[in-house]
Amino acid sequence: MNAANEFFPDGVLRLITAGSVDDGKSTLIGRLLYDSKGIFADQLEAIARARYKRVAGDGIDFSLLTDGLEAEREQGITIDVAYRYFSTPRRKFIIADAPGHEQYTRNMVTGASTAHAAIILIDATRAAFGQLLPQTKRHSAIARLLGIRHIVVAVNKMDLMDWQREAFENIRSAYGELARRLGIAGFHILPLSALHGDNVVSASAHTPWYTEPPLLGLLESLPVADDGRNAPLRLPVQWVLRHGGDRIDAFRGYAGRLASGTLRVGETLVVQPSGSEAKVAGLIVAGREAGMAVAGDAVIVTLDRDVDVSRGDLLSHPASPARTGRHFEAELCWLDSSPLDPARRYLVKHGPRVTSARILAIHARRDIHELREVPGTDGTLTMNDIGRVSLMTRETLAADRYEDLPANGAFILIDEASHQTAAAGMLR
Amino acid sequence: MSVTCRRSHLDWLESEAIFILREVAAECARPALLFSGGKDSVVLLRLSEKAFRPGGFPYPLLHIDTGHNFDEVIAFRDARAAELGERLIVRRVEDSIRRGSVVLRHENDSRNAAQSVTLLEAIEEFGFDACIGGARRDEEKARAKERIFSFRDAFGQWDPKAQRPELWDIYNTRVHPGENMRVFPISNWTELDVWQYILREQLALPSIYYSHPREVVRRRGLLVPVTPLTPPRRSETVERLPVRFRTVGDISCTCPVASGAADAAAVIAETAVTEITERGATRMDDQTSEASMERRKREGYF
Repeated sequence: MNAANEFFPDGVLRLITAGSVDDGKSTLIGRLLYDSKGIFADQLEAIARARYKRVAGDGIDFSLLTDGLEAEREQGITIDVAYRYFSTPRRKFIIADAPGHEQYTRNMVTGASTAHAAIILIDATRAAFGQLLPQTKRHSAIARLLGIRHIVVAVNKMDLMDWQREAFENIRSAYGELARRLGIAGFHILPLSALHGDNVVSASAHTPWYTEPPLLGLLESLPVADDGRNAPLRLPVQWVLRHGGDRIDAFRGYAGRLASGTLRVGETLVVQPSGSEAKVAGLIVAGREAGMAVAGDAVIVTLDRDVDVSRGDLLSHPASPARTGRHFEAELCWLDSSPLDPARRYLVKHGPRVTSARILAIHARRDIHELREVPGTDGTLTMNDIGRVSLMTRETLAADRYEDLPANGAFILIDEASHQTAAAGMLR
Repeated sequence: MSVTCRRSHLDWLESEAIFILREVAAECARPALLFSGGKDSVVLLRLSEKAFRPGGFPYPLLHIDTGHNFDEVIAFRDARAAELGERLIVRRVEDSIRRGSVVLRHENDSRNAAQSVTLLEAIEEFGFDACIGGARRDEEKARAKERIFSFRDAFGQWDPKAQRPELWDIYNTRVHPGENMRVFPISNWTELDVWQYILREQLALPSIYYSHPREVVRRRGLLVPVTPLTPPRRSETVERLPVRFRTVGDISCTCPVASGAADAAAVIAETAVTEITERGATRMDDQTSEASMERRKREGYF
């Protein structure tokens, strides 16, 4: 260990913020960046110079920090996912800032796909009697669908509610009811004021009745380090590394990143879908020889015998392989402006494997506020729709259910003609 | 889990970047890695070693030389490529000027924007379908919305409203002939991360990244280096100060900061407490207009 390694002992936490401009989402992000000293002097100056201001007054408009593009500043809206960085002495944070408008479900799905945690913002002044807005339901439903591990409900603008505990409790019980309906196992909820910084970095004097840590402390303590390590091994082969040509001592290794599980030298692996087996002869983790690798590591594996392995194959332990097949049921979130056409073929990319797929049936569309299936699909899915489909792939996939193992249960569909990313898919 | 399996934020960032480099190698027909000799591209070279050694790199290195580079950086660039035994392609803005595809109003104008033209010419000449670059999202506001695989149309243009959604770590690398991808494996790194990685990996950098005495003038809050391209103005006083560069772009628009930091550890100590972001302190061209990076990116800039 050297000094460089000791900076952020708790690694990286990726989070998504869901909410609209009105909920104070940009203000909250600006507050996190500012109070964690992530906002630098010249960015603040540029904001003071900015031509388009959303609010009048002398205070800093934190939301201007997070609106990147000129087009957006002119229209006063956010049109795309933006990524923000800040860190505390304990942890590095990556925020995916997704806009909250109805038509941008695809942006939230995009941001949520890589997130460990979701911050769901609720405007206390609009939910004081426990009436949750449709967008709160929608954001929570997507967080649930994408399997985000930690849900943090930030009840904002509590200053405008005179910090009434009753209002907070109303919202807490309403959210508890929503979480139960959606199947969200647990959530954190806290009262705050992003504008004034209450319960963001330091505990607020206004909420003696709230005894949990403020937002930043909570985000620092959410566990992520063991993500995927205790799951079965999945090592998708990205690249076959050959060196030395036909020489007898030529090097042949299989490179990829462990999607889940652990891997040790000497273990027997099964190549999926072919089923052949071999032992791990050597292991290189990020350029160094090692005896063991864990989920997330970029590795090169050498095997003790010649077996046929190519890009797209999956290495697993024989005792806990992925299922293999060509027929799957999946949830699709349609992202493209041209709707799903069951008569067409799409490219499917699952891990490093790219093959063709056809949608055999569209069973149901989901109501995005409740996740309930709605019968009747008109035989298609259009942009921002989420639906359950059956599909058939040309090549065999070695895959898991998304619920069990997201890293080996996710895929995308690509339009063969336009090359647009058409859908995000989760295997059932 | 045993202590040996602890992974730091640098391990996480490194592993993500290696994964991205291998995706480019596997899915793109003719990729290239943009190597300028600057610190971010030095990091890309180390990541490439970790991704592909003992094999060779599955892409050549490409430098778009504005002709206004610091000598130390060019010498470093050539030495590093030779040491790695990898192929280095250099294409010069000077040649684009000679061909007439780049027209500058004044001979000493910044050639930073002109690089886009020469880059697009090189992409066409070699048929590159992917260019790997060391840009980071924390550098500038327009970069914050940049994808890791950033699609460019047949004119090399970036359309911020028509970017492909990027889900999980499943990258859509498909392009039609003539279109290309810009790929940013260290998108998620900050300046501090880069310096911590340089320290951990003991990466050599051009000497001007560390404190050295240099003649400068103070202009609009910046320290402007005195060079034949950037002479002092009549009213300005030339000072000799200990400075270092945080970025090493085109001489005509790159400024150093006052610093006594002589090694990576000292730079990290400064970076951790710094109050000025990298580009704001050192790049004259980005201050011109609030949206200037967004405009240049649309025009094909990296």
